[in-house]
Amino acid sequence: MNDLEAVVTILGLAVITVVTRSFFFISSRELVLPDWVQRGLRFAPLAALAAVVVPEIVMTQGQLIGTWQDARLFAVVAATAYFFWKRGILGTIVCGMAVLIPLKLGLGW
Amino acid sequence: MVKAGLSVPLALLMTFTVFAGSAQLAALPLMAVGAPIWVIWATAFCVNLRFVIFSAQWRPFFMRFPLKQRLLLGYISADLSYVLFMKRYQTPSADEAVGQVEYFLGGTTLNWCAWQIPSVIGILLADRIPTDWGLGFAGVLALLGLIYSLLSDKATALAAVVAGAAAVAAFALPFRLHIVVAIAAAVCVGLMIDGSGGAGRRVRDVLLRAGGRSSGEQTSQRAVSA
Repeated sequence: MNDLEAVVTILGLAVITVVTRSFFFISSRELVLPDWVQRGLRFAPLAALAAVVVPEIVMTQGQLIGTWQDARLFAVVAATAYFFWKRGILGTIVCGMAVLIPLKLGLGW
Repeated sequence: MVKAGLSVPLALLMTFTVFAGSAQLAALPLMAVGAPIWVIWATAFCVNLRFVIFSAQWRPFFMRFPLKQRLLLGYISADLSYVLFMKRYQTPSADEAVGQVEYFLGGTTLNWCAWQIPSVIGILLADRIPTDWGLGFAGVLALLGLIYSLLSDKATALAAVVAGAAAVAAFALPFRLHIVVAIAAAVCVGLMIDGSGGAGRRVRDVLLRAGGRSSGEQTSQRAVSA
């Protein structure tokens, strides 16, 4: 991706940010989505995030990992445990990284 | 952002114009591998869909402002400001003295600064941080925490699992289309198990009318709705 493409991508992302956040108060006309679309929308953000995150955890260069000796798996377990204990995102990151870095640097996983 | 191959000026442009952490985190890996621009935009749009839902609730509070100001209010609104504001004010008030929009502006301005200052520091210091520590994984963990905080019931949890599995299964698709597949699968499954089932029937009818193009998916949907 060259610089021009990157700028176009970034400016497009900026427009998307503003349009999605303002979606229902851009038009002065009342806009009502069908009920099933509204309920479907509830799942889309979660799905998009999971689709980005899960391959980052269980895949290496397009292949599913075949070993449990991967620092990422242990980091995710620790982060998950922290989240459901304290419900804080910052602590989730810190906890996961506290497991990941020693395993990566110490054991080379 | 700099680690994903953006130059410092581009990274600064991105942090100041694209004020959306999760969309940035989702878009950066795609930009790094040179995915088509429309896929990057579509992914960011989907990640931002939660704001579309929030905006419906902002509407009664913001409609008395002109369009330009409404867009600015939209730009600075964020997850945290939504949660705090909606907890404090259930109904819009025309009375200026109540200070609803002032409360909103105070919170979002602080939030904007609290987000942008560390962002800029991170961009400027990126070259001093070694990659082999795996610090890039912090972004994944941040998104993971965000996912967990969006889980509200069994339907959303199942939708997230389906999306993750579908993304891995469809990973070999070109143009990062596995993300689109995962969203479609999760929304279908979510609708199947959520609510009265009327929505699920409608989605299934649409799929059946579309023919046997995705027979495997239909079978699994029948299993779920049965």
